[in-house]
Amino acid sequence: MTNATEAFRAAAAARILVKDGPYGTAIQKLGLNAADYAGHIASNHDQKGNNDLLNLTQPQAIAGICNAYIAAGADLLATNSFNANRISQADYGLEDRVREINLAAARIIRDCVDAATALDGKPRWVAGSLGPTNKTLSLSPRVSDPGYREVTFDQVKDVYREQIDALLDGGVDFILIETVFDTLNAKAAAFAAAEAGDARGAPVPVMLSMTLTDLSGRNLSGQTVEAFWHSIAHVKPVAVGLNCSFGATELRPHVQALAKVADTLLMTYPNAGLPNDLGAYDELPETTAGLIRGWADEGLVNIVGGCCGNTPDHIAAMARQVAGLPARTIPQPEPALRLSGLEAHRFAA
Amino acid sequence: MTSASFINIGERTNVTGSAAFKKLILAGDYTAAVEVARQQVENGAQIIDVNMDEGLLDSETAMVTFLNLIAAEPDIARVPVMVDSSKWSVIEAGLKCLAGKGIVNSISMKEGEAAFLEQARLCLRYGAAVVVMAFDEIGQADTAARKIEICERAYRLLTGIGFPPEDIIFDPNIFAVATGIEEHNNYGVDFIEACAEIRRRCPHAHISGGVSNLSFSFRGNEPVRRAMHSVFLYHAIAAGMDMGIVNAGQLDVYDAIDPELRDLCEEVVLNRRADATDRLLAAADRFKGGPAKAADPAAEEWRGWPVEKRLEHALVKGIDAFVEADTEEARHQFARPIEVIEGPLMAGMNVVGDLFGAGKMFLPQVVKSARVMKKAVAILLPYIEAEKQVGASSKGRIIMATVKGDVHDIGKNIVGVVLQCNNFEVIDLGVMVPAQTILDAARQHQADMIGLSGLITPSLDEMVHVASEMQRAGMTMPLLIGGATTSRVHTALRIEPAYAGPVVHVLDASRAVGVAGTLVSDTLRDQFVAETAAEYEKIRVARAGGAQSALVPLEQARDNGFPTDFITHPPVQPAFTGTMTIDDVTVETLIPYIDWTPFFRAWELHGNYPAILTDEVVGASATSLYADAQAMLKTIVAEDWLRPKGVIAIWPARREGDDVVLFGDESRTAAIARLPFLRQQIAKRDGRANMCLADFIHPKADWLGGFAVQAGEGIDAQLARFKAAHDDYNDILLKALADRLAEAFAEYLHERVRREIWGHEQGNRMSNEDLIRERYTGIRPAPGYPACPEHSLKRRLFDLMQVEARAGITLTDSFAMLPTAAVSGFYFAHPESAYFGVARVGEDQLEDYAGRLGVSRERAVQLLRPNLD
Repeated sequence: MTNATEAFRAAAAARILVKDGPYGTAIQKLGLNAADYAGHIASNHDQKGNNDLLNLTQPQAIAGICNAYIAAGADLLATNSFNANRISQADYGLEDRVREINLAAARIIRDCVDAATALDGKPRWVAGSLGPTNKTLSLSPRVSDPGYREVTFDQVKDVYREQIDALLDGGVDFILIETVFDTLNAKAAAFAAAEAGDARGAPVPVMLSMTLTDLSGRNLSGQTVEAFWHSIAHVKPVAVGLNCSFGATELRPHVQALAKVADTLLMTYPNAGLPNDLGAYDELPETTAGLIRGWADEGLVNIVGGCCGNTPDHIAAMARQVAGLPARTIPQPEPALRLSGLEAHRFAA
Repeated sequence: MTSASFINIGERTNVTGSAAFKKLILAGDYTAAVEVARQQVENGAQIIDVNMDEGLLDSETAMVTFLNLIAAEPDIARVPVMVDSSKWSVIEAGLKCLAGKGIVNSISMKEGEAAFLEQARLCLRYGAAVVVMAFDEIGQADTAARKIEICERAYRLLTGIGFPPEDIIFDPNIFAVATGIEEHNNYGVDFIEACAEIRRRCPHAHISGGVSNLSFSFRGNEPVRRAMHSVFLYHAIAAGMDMGIVNAGQLDVYDAIDPELRDLCEEVVLNRRADATDRLLAAADRFKGGPAKAADPAAEEWRGWPVEKRLEHALVKGIDAFVEADTEEARHQFARPIEVIEGPLMAGMNVVGDLFGAGKMFLPQVVKSARVMKKAVAILLPYIEAEKQVGASSKGRIIMATVKGDVHDIGKNIVGVVLQCNNFEVIDLGVMVPAQTILDAARQHQADMIGLSGLITPSLDEMVHVASEMQRAGMTMPLLIGGATTSRVHTALRIEPAYAGPVVHVLDASRAVGVAGTLVSDTLRDQFVAETAAEYEKIRVARAGGAQSALVPLEQARDNGFPTDFITHPPVQPAFTGTMTIDDVTVETLIPYIDWTPFFRAWELHGNYPAILTDEVVGASATSLYADAQAMLKTIVAEDWLRPKGVIAIWPARREGDDVVLFGDESRTAAIARLPFLRQQIAKRDGRANMCLADFIHPKADWLGGFAVQAGEGIDAQLARFKAAHDDYNDILLKALADRLAEAFAEYLHERVRREIWGHEQGNRMSNEDLIRERYTGIRPAPGYPACPEHSLKRRLFDLMQVEARAGITLTDSFAMLPTAAVSGFYFAHPESAYFGVARVGEDQLEDYAGRLGVSRERAVQLLRPNLD
């Protein structure tokens, strides 16, 4: 276990920690144009919408967003690297910039965090964000050929390895495998993190966060929340949780289910409600924060934050709401053979 | 889910264990291979073992292909996979396909500690549990001491690298016994002794094994092999074995094994005497051939048993030939007639209940057993009543009814029979039962619970009504909900909120016993009720979020209607228009058109015909049922039990908006009827239409057909006969066959309409399989089914064709057809016409539809309830 992990666990035992909010929503508000995105980077593609590239071309804007979350009271700050992998960057023709982007993404947040901590002495941590990529290992994109796969486990693992190495070199404390819609992609990412640990001679601490695609509580590849936990528990994540999906109201029963079984820190960062008819989020900061507080009151969570639609104001409201509330007690389940397909199966030991 | 103490691993997707599966894989028939996996899960396998170790195969590719394919099948992929290979490269290829947490089968210390630990680390990294063979550098462990030594050493090594002990499964090697080689005689004992000691020394670890090896020397003698496996498992499980590759259909219940055979097997398995093998060998031939072939001598033999044993045997085997005489004899032997029921009859039914509960006996056999029971009870009842004895103490009393407006009762009868087999007293109120009758009966009989059944969608509303009446009457007893259109979601959203007492949706007959038993149990009831209520609350909370797929406004949906191509395929002028009674069809004509798969499903035997007849698990049961069905079909034909009758009509028509307007003649001036259809309103992805059946009809000049057929005329006389004979089995069999014949009639008549009466289909005739798969031109959607889910159109269709007069089918208030073996619907001839589901409709369409149908908004809400939010 690394020092950062130990310190993080100790802090989480004492109180509910706050994670930051999303980069996408914040970047959207900046109203950047294609030239702002591309900056000095020459390419044949329109780079508008390539948020990860902004780590290289608009580093001060990314630092500004991070600082706003720090000011809002976030303890855990993620990097702006959700799509900074070779598969997603292929859409922008920037596969060869992946290492550079991740290094910058990690350094920007590390610098903001270290500067803030130097001022107030409050500890903060950096999580290197890994998105799911836009390819899935468990599903076939061809309706008539269900056995077909666009990518292999080893390809996805190698793609993640490149990103993980760069983020670690840039100084992140944790690897955050987030918005997991396909558990097999997440397992490949965790495998890559373990191999990176082998190469560095020290284990790489990992956090995992699943996203649900329907209200019955399954992800895109069809797994239930408990089945997901059984599938990734071997990673011994520092934290596990749910993010994105829907709003806090809809996510609640699934947070409850996970909180009951996961013997590690529980981290949840939902969207700011459901989008309105125009696809925009209009849930007010106090509303979101109030719902999150409900989870805290119930003893369901250790770390809370926001995904799509949340702003620094939302994060600040959450921080106020959970301040002073006790953190979830980590359960200690009986030893049992825990397996999973799409559903969880437990056989007494 | 948390499971019982012994985990059964399915091995039919194993090329080394199943010749049939191997054949499919070698032939590249992965579609059929996937079906094998599906059946295995449907039949209760908790884990499926996948093995592709075959010299002629590229095993890695076969493993990956198969695992990727089953990942796409939610009803298979829900269970964990055991990746089974003797080659590590195949195992690793398999692990890279598993989103879930599976089991590796297997690793061992055969190649030394380093290789063992390397593979174990990878299992840990991929996130899999592991089977460890008791195998080391010296070889496979045979004695108890070696098994224990190797497993303990492996345990220490594995836990030393952080492998969770609960994820370790030892396979201490089950070897063949009774081989004639003296050193092999103790192999069974070695395994069993090792189990106990390994469990003691290796906390939380599990023990598994492939059981069929044990009886290898008795190949070809299945009865002896089955008995040996059962005896072995009986002792091994007691010693700590908690997992195994066992074919559940190939096991006997320990207590039900012929005592002589059981003792002989026990002597061999437990190595109790030096001559044990010789003794079993000497006797083996007598047990060979199984129950079927040995029927004659065995039949005589059981007839020589004491009467209580004979009754029990007749119940378990479902033999009703001697039941009257045996019951009569038993009545004289016991002091009081009630003791016959409480003694041998209940003993027999308990065995049946246990076997069914364990998935070792299937519905058709259970219903046959119940027939024996009912016949015996019918003989005893007059004497019991004469003595004024209280009825045999039952587990509980259940009122069962098909709700008002609905006439379907096959499922309800099956549930009733199964409950009776498990010692519940069932008071069956029949079909079309009004709420008040149900409530009165529940009070009068002091029932413990009420079970409601229904097949058509309007019955869902009626069930809500019954629930709210129970609430109003201040009742507290549990309410069970079952039937084809019922669902957990509907129960949670609509029925449970109407009634404060416990409400439980029961998926099928096999669950009914467990649920009813729990509800009458003092210790289990409260927790179960609370858990079920919590589960339904969860469904309601999830639903309340309103994240159901969005609806588009009706106008927008209409603009996105299906653009039927009338230019390439203009409407085809029918050879006939008008109405035609069809009374020239015999049952014999219809038999080849029967789709058998749903027939087996009605009996809760899952699988496709004809493969189901040779299925390893349910095959024997399905074959026996099929033989009974064939015999009954012969009698139906020979004795003219059923007279199929039908009517068809084809009308000049045109489309007006979402309506189809019908006319009396080709001038299309005087409309005779208007049929309003519903349109899908779910938001569609680009390029996909919001479908409505009216889209398939030309706006200027086209035709629409209608039909109604039945195969139930004459059935009542036969059913009455079966009821009088307490013969549920033949009662259910005949109803199920009549249903199939009505469907076959619809299939047959549609073909005749397409090829002759309308004549829009040309070319070669199709095979029955193509017909079942709907590969023909045009569709025949039925009111009440997904494409036109609103039932009241049936009334309009029936009036137009004078169905009652021409085909003898009537409609209930809820638009259920009587006789129940009946099918009706519309014919759409356009080649692009297709089936779809209307699903949810919006408030705008509700208003619009009420206007088009000419009913009040309230009535429309009632009619469209299942399609409204």
